[in-house]
Amino acid sequence: MKFAKITTALAFAGMSVMGAASVGQAATLADVQAAGVLKCGINTGLPGFAYTNDAGDWIGFDAGYCKALAAAVLGDGDAVDYHNLTGANRFPALASGEIDALARNTTWTFSRDVDLGFTFIGVSYYDGQGFIGRRSLGITSATELDGASVCIQTGTTTELNLADFFRVNGISYEPVPIETNEEARVAYLAERCDVYTTDASGLAATMTTFENPSDHMVFPEIVSKEPLGPLVRQGDDEWADIARWTLNVLINAEELGVTQANVRSMAAGSDNPEINRMLGSEGSLGAMLGLRADWAVDVIAAVGNYSELFERYLGTNTALGLARGQNALYKDGGILYAPPMR
Amino acid sequence: MTEGFHRPQTEMIPNRAAPASSVGIVGWVRTNLLSSWVNVGLTLIGFYLIWLIVPPLLMWAFFDATYIGTDRFACEDRVGACWVFLDQRFAQFLYGFYPSEQTWRVNIALIMLIPALAPLLFDKMPGGKYLRWFSLAYPFIATFLLIGGFGLEEIPTNKFGGFMLNITVGLAGIFLSLPVGILLALGRRSQLPFVRIFCIGFIEVFRGVPLITMMFTAAMLLPLFLPPQMSLDLVVRVIVVVTAFASAYMAEVIRGGLAAIDRGQYEAAQALGLSYWKSMLLIILPQALKYSIPGIVNTFIALFKDTTLVIVIGLFDILNIGRSMVANPDWLGLGIETYAIIALSFFTVCFSISRYSLSLERRLDTSR
Amino acid sequence: MTDTPKPGSSSGSIWTNERARGIVSQVLLVGGIIAVVWFLVSNTNTNLEQAGLELGFGFLADQAFFEINQNLIEYSSTSTFGRALLVGLLNTLLVSVLGIITATIVGFVMGVLRLSNNWMVSRMAGIYVEGTRNVPLLLQIIFWWTILTGLPRVADSLAIGNAVYLNNRGVRFPAPILEPGMGLVIVTAVIGLIVALIISGWASRRRVATGQGFPSLWVNLMLIFLFPVLLFLLLGRPLSFDVPVPGRFNFTGGMNVTPELVALWWALTLYTGSFIAETVRAGILAVHRGQTEAAYALGLRPGQTMRKVVIPQALRVIVPPLTSQYLNLTKNSSLAIVVGYQDFVSVGNTALNQSGHSIEIVAIWLAVYLSLSLATSAFMNWYNSRIALVER
Repeated sequence: MKFAKITTALAFAGMSVMGAASVGQAATLADVQAAGVLKCGINTGLPGFAYTNDAGDWIGFDAGYCKALAAAVLGDGDAVDYHNLTGANRFPALASGEIDALARNTTWTFSRDVDLGFTFIGVSYYDGQGFIGRRSLGITSATELDGASVCIQTGTTTELNLADFFRVNGISYEPVPIETNEEARVAYLAERCDVYTTDASGLAATMTTFENPSDHMVFPEIVSKEPLGPLVRQGDDEWADIARWTLNVLINAEELGVTQANVRSMAAGSDNPEINRMLGSEGSLGAMLGLRADWAVDVIAAVGNYSELFERYLGTNTALGLARGQNALYKDGGILYAPPMR
Repeated sequence: MTEGFHRPQTEMIPNRAAPASSVGIVGWVRTNLLSSWVNVGLTLIGFYLIWLIVPPLLMWAFFDATYIGTDRFACEDRVGACWVFLDQRFAQFLYGFYPSEQTWRVNIALIMLIPALAPLLFDKMPGGKYLRWFSLAYPFIATFLLIGGFGLEEIPTNKFGGFMLNITVGLAGIFLSLPVGILLALGRRSQLPFVRIFCIGFIEVFRGVPLITMMFTAAMLLPLFLPPQMSLDLVVRVIVVVTAFASAYMAEVIRGGLAAIDRGQYEAAQALGLSYWKSMLLIILPQALKYSIPGIVNTFIALFKDTTLVIVIGLFDILNIGRSMVANPDWLGLGIETYAIIALSFFTVCFSISRYSLSLERRLDTSR
Repeated sequence: MTDTPKPGSSSGSIWTNERARGIVSQVLLVGGIIAVVWFLVSNTNTNLEQAGLELGFGFLADQAFFEINQNLIEYSSTSTFGRALLVGLLNTLLVSVLGIITATIVGFVMGVLRLSNNWMVSRMAGIYVEGTRNVPLLLQIIFWWTILTGLPRVADSLAIGNAVYLNNRGVRFPAPILEPGMGLVIVTAVIGLIVALIISGWASRRRVATGQGFPSLWVNLMLIFLFPVLLFLLLGRPLSFDVPVPGRFNFTGGMNVTPELVALWWALTLYTGSFIAETVRAGILAVHRGQTEAAYALGLRPGQTMRKVVIPQALRVIVPPLTSQYLNLTKNSSLAIVVGYQDFVSVGNTALNQSGHSIEIVAIWLAVYLSLSLATSAFMNWYNSRIALVER
């Protein structure tokens, strides 16, 4: 063995650390604009919300929000760098600045908002926790589940709601803790557990992947409130405003009848001042946010309005077949209500 | 009767061939399979087991298997294995989410690994001198190829996945841990108390905890330790903790190599008037590292297998890609096939490296 | 830094003085460490402050709110985080102890078989060893879990005598219920065992010293089994069984071993067993061939030679790496998390997610595993010093 060989070995060790350090926290907007790409956290795979299409691109309702935010900030809905996060590592990823925004069907709770140091910027989907089970079990209510094995995703609010529900009803269960929705589905189909519990939308999404969805049923009990929404780090109000109003633009666009198809023509100016303010042909809302005047045009052009986004990935024409329900606009009998663009 | 007196033998009796029962196939079978009744029994049981396992396995894996199709429904009426996913998902297993039009970069980096490793693994190489310079440059070339920049399209590390992620993390971990491990090993033998205590502490802490806790540290704690305006990609953070972890094991391997060196070598180096660092670099370490190579290779094998742990923090290595594919409705129920392929990939790499390490050990043994 | 002290020249500048250089380099190192630690701590403080988080172990006394499916001690979702971690630690210890026992058996058997002079047997043992140790353990755990969840469903359970049921939710078997008086029986058996151990120690010392044997086997059997059994009958059999009965979803009653535990246990056994087999093989090969030949010359049969001559000497080589394999097994049991066996790390991870106290939980992990590791190396040192060859 010669000296040169040692130096070779040492040189191997000199392999430089990959990946550049990037700047996070304080001025997220400037950082995203400098990077030219939005780092957005989504699910590791949940049909309807975040999943890969045949081309290998991440799409879905949550991914659509990321796209909208990128369009708002960068004018390009495709300038998104998706980070797939588990229920467990989503919060550290956001806290550390690894991602700029998190849209991973995350429930808005007191402790997450206050104690964990995040800012929820609104509700993109009103949900509640339900149960799915086989029809062959012959039961019609979750309260009959005494002694059942229940699959749950660890690190989620559903894990805690589940314990509460069974304790309040004085019945027992065997928890089968699972890391991701996909694994939970595998365990449920293998009959490792009798029922699977998660957000009702997640149940619908999971059911679409079953060979015979009609063999399974969602029990009527909704055991919790699960307002799902995007969130950002606390302490950067400017960025939180952008994230919040991107969501509001989607909802207001539906209310005002602005769609992906007509947004370009409406952007030239319309007879509705509210539309004009939103799309930037009147007033200077974009400048107040530190963005372009036509930022909202880019948002709607990239993903459409809330209704289009919903129907594309979750609605009755998709495999999930979810009705708008309480996620309809307030004037259609739902509870979706965005503040005015003024 | 004089004719009858016994004449001494004056010529060698020619060697007779061994009895037919102890040579050739018959002899081999007798000594190796049928030497006693117990052995006859064991051999029979062995044959029975083989007969029980091998033909059905071959039928399942090859003859009854389905190879072509687009999803598991192509295997609907199969009895054997369903290898259809290999055709459909091969690229994902290898490259993860690396852009498909850029995968040539990964391939080139992998191919270049062979000449880069050659001078490290083989003593006598034609043109070894030049190859060594290449080995020196390889880590930088590979990093440049995988990440990009300077004209090549930049690929963020969160696109890394599949077997390529396992290989990247494993190789980066082992190469980076080598210098750290050497320093720790020297420090552990140092006479300076603070240096020694620090090195022992570092080594024992990292050897004492499971790697999985280190993975969580990389995912959740490391970001907290860094300045607020700085953030590292998850893959990079994983490489950092894997390096620290492997360094502790590396240090112990190299300590073993250092201990194998004759005291006379130290004394000779001192007699020549060499300083500590000179005597280490020129005399001691070259020999110690030579003795350590089998241990280093074994550390690499262990580390390489452990790279699958990245799945607990949501990275998509080959195992996680397989696992999520099995959960995909199109591929549901192909667990055995998928895991068999992944196991085979790891087995091929680890087994061949361990064979190499074994032959190296034998060679080192004789050269002493 | 120096390895062996040189006659230091006291004259000249600080750079030529060995001692001074040593001190300077140490000061630099300590300074460097302090700087790095200070850097990390101040970053952490800034980050925690920004996120509005506070450090502290007080949360361990808070209610955990989540359930754990395998509790060796009393636990419910109203228990504290601290108790949840304890339950997890016990689960880790349980699977580790089970794994250590079976891995040792598998390892010794396979190690000896690998040296068999029957080609077929040694090859098969070789295939087992190479096949399991070159495949990631994590993959093996997932593989066995996949196989186990492919077992019959609860309704179609495989039953053994209407008492033991095997299905894809594990194995359920009757649980012993201790009635008053059973404690006394167990205490008698334990005392019997201790006395028996003392007697066999004394007997073997006597045989070495005087050559006289002692029928310790019979005495010991009596102590361990006869007295407790008599007492058991005398007290009117204070033991009954809680036999599992089919319920609506699962069997109720009895004890259940989950497929997660079995998959983990089995994978740990096979994986660690292959490493132990290699250790055992190396240990046996390290015993000089002359020892075997001498034993044969004394007329010992091959089996006896192995048991009485080779293995005792091989153990000297085997035990130190064996203990580190045990430690590895314990550490590797933390991979439980991928199949949802709720061990120490898995419960810690859940607690971390639900409470947000990541630094504290990781610190607890490190502390616990380090103590396990230090305890093991303490044992190893003690054993090494005990069995070290005394040169005569």
